[in-house]
Amino acid sequence: MLLLLFLLTLVTFFLFNLLPVDPARLTCGKICTPALLEINRHRLGLDLPPLDQYLAYFRGLFVGRTFSADSPQPIVCSAPCLGYSFLRHEQVLSMIARAVPVTFWLALGGFIIWIITGVSAGIYSALHRGKWQDRTIMGIALVGYSLPSFFIGLVLIFFVVLEWGWLPFPQFVPPNQNPLKFLQTMILPWIVIAVLNAAFYVRLTRNQVLETLGEDYVRTARAKGLRERVVVVKHALRAGLTPIVTAAGLDLAYLLGGAIITESIFSLPGMGVLAVQSVVDSDLPVIAGVTLVSATFIIVANLIVDLLYAVVDPRVRVG
Amino acid sequence: MIGRITRTVDRISTTATEERDFLTVKNLKVAFPTEDGLVQAVDDVSFAVEKGSTLAIVGESGSGKSVTAQAVMGLLDRRTAKVSGEIWLNNVELLGLPSSEMQAMRGDDLAMIFQDPMSSLHPFYRVGDQIVEAMRAHRKVKPKEAKREVVDMFKRVGIPAPERRVDAFPHQLSGGMRQRVMIAMALINSPDLLIADEPTTALDVTVQAQILELIQDLQKDFGTTVIVITHDLGIVADMADEVAVMYGARIVERGPTKTIFETPEMPYTLGLLSSIPRMDVEAGGRLLPIPGNPPSPIRLPKGCVFEPRCRYKAMTNGLSETVRPELLPTAGSPDHLVRCHLMPETRKRIAGEVLASLAEATKA
Repeated sequence: MLLLLFLLTLVTFFLFNLLPVDPARLTCGKICTPALLEINRHRLGLDLPPLDQYLAYFRGLFVGRTFSADSPQPIVCSAPCLGYSFLRHEQVLSMIARAVPVTFWLALGGFIIWIITGVSAGIYSALHRGKWQDRTIMGIALVGYSLPSFFIGLVLIFFVVLEWGWLPFPQFVPPNQNPLKFLQTMILPWIVIAVLNAAFYVRLTRNQVLETLGEDYVRTARAKGLRERVVVVKHALRAGLTPIVTAAGLDLAYLLGGAIITESIFSLPGMGVLAVQSVVDSDLPVIAGVTLVSATFIIVANLIVDLLYAVVDPRVRVG
Repeated sequence: MIGRITRTVDRISTTATEERDFLTVKNLKVAFPTEDGLVQAVDDVSFAVEKGSTLAIVGESGSGKSVTAQAVMGLLDRRTAKVSGEIWLNNVELLGLPSSEMQAMRGDDLAMIFQDPMSSLHPFYRVGDQIVEAMRAHRKVKPKEAKREVVDMFKRVGIPAPERRVDAFPHQLSGGMRQRVMIAMALINSPDLLIADEPTTALDVTVQAQILELIQDLQKDFGTTVIVITHDLGIVADMADEVAVMYGARIVERGPTKTIFETPEMPYTLGLLSSIPRMDVEAGGRLLPIPGNPPSPIRLPKGCVFEPRCRYKAMTNGLSETVRPELLPTAGSPDHLVRCHLMPETRKRIAGEVLASLAEATKA
């Protein structure tokens, strides 16, 4: 896993260095003479060979580094240093640290809503397989699955906020500062995220439950005289949980890397918005930082999912 | 429990005619509507079992024996299976019960052991917990007592180191051990009726004998009534007091085990008996298989279900092709019922010839 992260730093670094954008030029200002450009390039450390640049970057992750060390105003970037945005004159780490909580709350709330609704609707659908309840749920799921998030988001904002004025216009505040405002802001983005993802979980859960309901051990559970609810949840659902856990872990991690469209629509300053902004500005250190952090979430989520397997399925446990 | 007693009393008053038989199945029919047509899995099956005795239901795959058992257990999905007839257990009619009452009886008054112990235990739960779950579905027990009871039951069914094994997961046990766990699970609430659906088919031959012996021992100790479903005539001879031979969704011959083995009359039963591999016949001797294949349950023959494969059908003057034979008592022994158009004397003569040739093969 650590090796994977190391390779990741390497790939992001060199990939972004290959881009035909010259950071020195971008930060040079309007009147840019070749001499000024050269000075700028030295200030950014771009005059060093690529490998040295990478080593400086990599060292910065663990021990920190100093930019423009020989200029009158050196910029100290302490470990873990993800880089410095000369465009915004801010450390990448602090920009990400500001964005992560927003995305975290967005992802977590949406995740909880979609898991609860998705899985329970899936079970309900499986139990009424082929009847109108099942068809209705599957129909809704299909619609939810195919609607683009910007559409749901904009429709919600238009009606709930602008037309009916039920909620104030979303503006993010941390939950510990103003819980009510936090909820008012987050409820719509949560719904958008939940609608998109729940649809997939309805189908997944339904299929899993239908499959395990036909297993011999479910018949055994019935033969024991257990109540139908216990049979379905404790025996059938539990047996089909593995793929649901896998998908949920990875989806959550993916979301933590930023929900670009949802964040943009609701002007939530999270990872997604930060990523878009830095791409628009060609702010390479920020892009690299966001990529690295998002990828780390996914790798860590993978590890957690693997550990959860052992909790769910005792056959996976070793020793 | 109290609910069940009052219910039982109700039923007794309405059906005073029910005699000593503990389990009575009357005209049981099970059909599954499918896109290809109606699958008649069980057609007009009737039998009775005395308390504490063992009935064997014998037949090949698809003859309807497992479906009969599942109907008795109330395990058929009422949405997909059309079930009719009567099933009386202890003077309670099971098919008419609301599903919640049937659920309360399942695992308590009647329990079942399944064919494949590998897939019949939930892979994610400890075997001890799975049995405790069966206990707590029907009575209040403290977790500690429940566990002790499971350990005791494990000792009973011959699981070594029971204190450790209760905490094992199914995948950590061998096939024989798992079947013992299944038996322990079925017996934990001391059911009156135990249905064993091919309990040894998935097991090693050496383990088979142990499991059968165990079931018989426990039956004696608990006074349990047993229905064993099998295609293995060895098991029948070993365990059963009575035998019902099923073919093509119907019972074609029924009677005490001794009678069925010594004086069978239905040609299908004769065929079954002649097709057993025997130790006492010299190697290289040929088995006598029944020609042809079992009938499709979607299109059962109009007359006798066995007619298409019967060597003696010509002797019924075409009756077996058009008229459905009834399950009737044979002359002289009212316990022995046969569903066959052949004249009783003809049947006896044929049976005599077949058995004699079998005996001859044994000598040679």
